[in-house]
Amino acid sequence: MSETVKAPETTGQPADSAVAAAKPAVRKDPHAEAKRQRVVTPEYLFLEAPRTKEFITGSEAAKEAIRRSNVDLAIAYPITPQSETMQLVGVLYGEGYVKEYYRGEEEVGVMAAIAGGSRAGVRCYTATAGPGTLRGLEGIASWPGHRLPVVAMFTCRVVNAPLAIQPDNIEVAYLLNCGMIVFHAENQQDMYDFTLAGFTISEKNDVTLPVGVCCDGFFVTHARGYVRMQDRSMKLPPREAWRGAVPVLDAENPPARLSRDAPVQKSNFMAYNIHAVWQQEVWAAVERSRKYINQYMGGLLTAENVEGAEAVIIASGSAAAQSREAVRICAEKGIKIGLIKIRSLRPFPTQELRALCGNAKLIVVPEFNYVGWLAKEVATAIYGFSKAKIIGGPRVYGGQSMPVELIVDEVESGLTGKKSTNVAQSSVMGGAVNQDDVAHFMRSI
Amino acid sequence: MSLDYVKFSGGFEKFMPKEYRDMVEHGPFGKKISVSQMGSFKEILEEHPMCAGCAMTLFIRLAIIAFPNPEDTITVGTAGCGRLAISQAAIPFVYGNYGDQNGVASGLSRGLRLRFGDKPKDVVVIAGDGGTADIGFQQVLHSWFRKERFTTIMLDNEVYGNTGGQESGMTNRGAVLKMAPLGKKFEKMDMLQMAKVAGCAYVATVVPNNPRRVESVIKKAVLIAREVGSTYIQAYTSCNIEYAIPTDKVMEDAKNVENDRYQFTEYVSEEAKQYLAERYGYKEFLPKPAAPAAAIPNKA
Repeated sequence: MSETVKAPETTGQPADSAVAAAKPAVRKDPHAEAKRQRVVTPEYLFLEAPRTKEFITGSEAAKEAIRRSNVDLAIAYPITPQSETMQLVGVLYGEGYVKEYYRGEEEVGVMAAIAGGSRAGVRCYTATAGPGTLRGLEGIASWPGHRLPVVAMFTCRVVNAPLAIQPDNIEVAYLLNCGMIVFHAENQQDMYDFTLAGFTISEKNDVTLPVGVCCDGFFVTHARGYVRMQDRSMKLPPREAWRGAVPVLDAENPPARLSRDAPVQKSNFMAYNIHAVWQQEVWAAVERSRKYINQYMGGLLTAENVEGAEAVIIASGSAAAQSREAVRICAEKGIKIGLIKIRSLRPFPTQELRALCGNAKLIVVPEFNYVGWLAKEVATAIYGFSKAKIIGGPRVYGGQSMPVELIVDEVESGLTGKKSTNVAQSSVMGGAVNQDDVAHFMRSI
Repeated sequence: MSLDYVKFSGGFEKFMPKEYRDMVEHGPFGKKISVSQMGSFKEILEEHPMCAGCAMTLFIRLAIIAFPNPEDTITVGTAGCGRLAISQAAIPFVYGNYGDQNGVASGLSRGLRLRFGDKPKDVVVIAGDGGTADIGFQQVLHSWFRKERFTTIMLDNEVYGNTGGQESGMTNRGAVLKMAPLGKKFEKMDMLQMAKVAGCAYVATVVPNNPRRVESVIKKAVLIAREVGSTYIQAYTSCNIEYAIPTDKVMEDAKNVENDRYQFTEYVSEEAKQYLAERYGYKEFLPKPAAPAAAIPNKA
């Protein structure tokens, strides 16, 4: 500490010019380590670089990913359980790993400024949670249409009344329909990997879209887990502004998109056509991201013991972690059951699920929200390709944890035909379901 | 900008639209142009879908002519009449979401500084009274408190014109408009005072019937925003439709409003004065011995 206090006596010049002077009696340059970072290719970083294991929280995992992501602009605004992540990114700014950083006024302003930064051609990062996600959603939902590469983290929490800070991933249901790429991290390792890969995928020319990295708040952000990380002396190549599918607004390129598409604001057939084309472009770009998710993240899903299994649990995020334990308990009971963990919700692994679930008799979809957005996605994806009975549950919400016994119960009752006490009949789907059983519930919803 | 993007690739000249050829051959990019030369050069904004007699359009044209480096200027706006014209201009325009213009401009100007360093890339927000004082209020004020280095211009027509004539925060007390069926019940918001409180380095009011003055304040505001901090210009740009001003009386109305509540005012911070004097040779801001603090140039 005494070293840093002595420092300013050099020449009275600003700190950055003092660095160039390179005096032998040095004060410690807070950016020294960041300056020594070297750029490596994404292929090397993700697939080849040696890794070492550390036991850290999800927030720290996100920080370590940002350290290696060559981020230009990060904008922070506190909200539980995200706050720690963006304040740790602030530490990185102090250390020179992030070039520009500030605390925004609130999420509408933050999402707007992130859009501005991405339009300027720099690499941008922010994070929010629950009510912050919904507050910023007008801006977030406009990023894909403007083809803005960005990575945003969503540490999911309750959004409904009464106000609560607890984990509940209902906000993902809103994000799924924005046109952005959406990943769902199960644990700290996923937080790290998905964030790093997110920047690379987001900026691919044929993608040029924002990436949302979701995780379940507290379970991932505040708990520790083992994370295998590449050395911190490496970082991703910088964003190349010229590479995007649409030009950035830096007055170095001819103006594009809305600046020349004024008719889009008019009520005529041209306006409808332009808007329709933009939406088609966005969702086509979501489709094109599949190959990069396969390349850099090893697939849109992971499947464990699925072949030949009579029952399959399909889950994402923290529900996948709980399901993994349920699988172990089922195995002890002699029930052969597989686990499919969905990593990418947008694009959704439709073809993969069709191939994997063709012979399953039972699919159980546990979730950390009331509405069951994942069960609906699964049912839609495999409709006509599987005769499995789909149990859309168990579901916990409002901050509840999910006892693995709940999942095991659904597997057992699903296989025996016994009625579940935890899942509404209206949430049981599939060709093998007795429609008379469900009819009453269908009428009342 | 290298000015390359407004030029043609060799051999393509004859295939380009006339508008484009005129812009390359007679446009203002890379030249010193003044409002007094209007009519002798191709303007960055000419064709637009605005109503006949719209004072706002005249103001926007003047403002764009006044940009010190139009080829390196990016405008940012939000919903409202103004953007219908601004989006037709031959310089980049960001049209984001409702009231988010000062947030977008914050990220944009910081991002451009990261990429281009000291090379000027001027960011200018042009939004209406509703966009600035109502829906965008929080982001506007916070961008000023943060001393974000870009210019904010309010096109104040004292009404929501684009949505059909509703009361805004900048409407005068008593005005009967849609959503104010009994007349507006509170005063016109004092955004000028708020701009000063929030730390803007330059604050000015103008009306469009004095083109040279519009040019003067825009130039100063954009130059100061490059290095010193936030700048704010509030322009009276009447809505002749919603306030039923006959087309041939629009300039007369502007004169009357100028005399009534839109007298020319200009606040320049001491730092901004010094900057303009030293960097751009503004003689009126050169330090004088024992000069009064609030030096207001020209007549009021």
